[in-house]
Amino acid sequence: MSDRKLPAPQPNVETQEFWDAASNGVLKIKRCGDCNQAHYYPRAICPHCGSANTAWIETAGSGEIYSVSVMRRGEGAPFAVAYITLDEGPAMMTNIVADDLDGLAIGQRVELVFTPTEDGAPPVPMFTPRGG
Amino acid sequence: MSLRNAAYIAGAFEHPTRLAPDKTTPQLHAECAAGALADAGLSLADVDGYFCATDAPGFGPISMVDYLGLKVRHTDSTEMGGCTYIQHVAHAAEAIAAGKCKVALITLAGRPRSENVMRFRPGAPESAFEQWVGLTNHTSYGMCAVRHMHEFGTTSEQLAWIKVAASHHAQHNEHAMLPKVVSVEDVLESPMIADPLHRLDCCVTTDGGGALIVVAPEIAKTLNRPMIALRGAGEATKGPSGGLGLDLTVSAAARSGPAAFAEAGVTPADIKYASIYDSFTITVLIQLEDLGFCAKGEGGKFVADGNLISGTGKLPFNTDGGGLCNNHPMFRGGITKVIEAVRQLRGEAHPAVQVPNCDLAVATGIGGSLGARHGAATVILERQS
Repeated sequence: MSDRKLPAPQPNVETQEFWDAASNGVLKIKRCGDCNQAHYYPRAICPHCGSANTAWIETAGSGEIYSVSVMRRGEGAPFAVAYITLDEGPAMMTNIVADDLDGLAIGQRVELVFTPTEDGAPPVPMFTPRGG
Repeated sequence: MSLRNAAYIAGAFEHPTRLAPDKTTPQLHAECAAGALADAGLSLADVDGYFCATDAPGFGPISMVDYLGLKVRHTDSTEMGGCTYIQHVAHAAEAIAAGKCKVALITLAGRPRSENVMRFRPGAPESAFEQWVGLTNHTSYGMCAVRHMHEFGTTSEQLAWIKVAASHHAQHNEHAMLPKVVSVEDVLESPMIADPLHRLDCCVTTDGGGALIVVAPEIAKTLNRPMIALRGAGEATKGPSGGLGLDLTVSAAARSGPAAFAEAGVTPADIKYASIYDSFTITVLIQLEDLGFCAKGEGGKFVADGNLISGTGKLPFNTDGGGLCNNHPMFRGGITKVIEAVRQLRGEAHPAVQVPNCDLAVATGIGGSLGARHGAATVILERQS
């Protein structure tokens, strides 16, 4: 893991519960009570059907790599940027924390690992290879 | 209403600078405006419509119309990232067709090499979920390339051919930032920036800008310039849309392109020259597929072995050297894509890269971040006698 300085996320009324859960080590996303589809990042209104009947669900914190690119230059490099397809369905953009960034591959199973940001601010949901 | 023949590009100007420490950004806009107006044979007093985007400093058209000394009855500050100016051509044609203006000026300029430019857009709904990821365009487009390789077997060598073709064109452009011809090996041996994109898979960063003059048909006929008609246009946006059905191998050009071809009533096989937005090599490959120059997944084979090089390949592209070698002012390659297409259609490209009998061209672009959320704009342009 690089020593990359992570900006503190800025919760708002639409996303406060996400960040409160993150502070408790839980990754929450939203599911729509009308179309029954989940989405990420979380919104008050479902982006799939436009319904306001959305509710928070806890994820299992697991998924697989959809795509990944390792940043090799600049501040904090190297670090891996990826989309993880959560087992609940939605893909989320995040970082993968691993000793061997070169070994990361599409389809690889990963699990949630929260990474601290600034003092007093919520941690952010990253992933790491399962068993890694 | 169709935009076919609704408007004509009468003036086009690419600022020759690539580094402008001694000029201001508004000044570059003004120099570009003057260049395009001179090219069209018009003056500031003729302009009655003005189009700019967020590269224009200050309060958009409110600041710039006053700074430039324009008297306009129509303004448009539509923002779609780097492809904005392709979209502005279509929006200018819409405004002209609606009778809102007759002479539209479009400007782009900026000095990312000479000043620190704020690129982050605060307050976006995705900010809290993506800012800490450290996503830059390199990793964003890198993820698209990794996925394309995974699904279709595309290789770094194939991507490198796109840069090689651009460099073959740039050698003839006296203003090109990178005029040296490079080989596939040169690209692969350049430093890795974000897997799998090497430094030479990336476009240049330049100060500079450009401008276009889009006019009503009756104005175009009075000017002693070739008649370059807008024949069709399309635009689209695409994003992860909640994370379901994410597909990084397809861009919004898969909708903007077919819309433009449908309006123009032509097919990719009819196109003589293509300006394809080239922020990275992968940007070109995905758009070629999305516009229908080849099937999805076949882009790697399509671009290999010099197929994009004017004079030898089947589809001459970016004959000015493109963003990969010539110019990508203010991180935005949209206006230069239209400008080189106009040069080709007029027969005013460099003789070494001029496409014979070039009467139909496409200019297409991506704005924003291909691997996150982005826009696309496509125009089909035709030289008429």
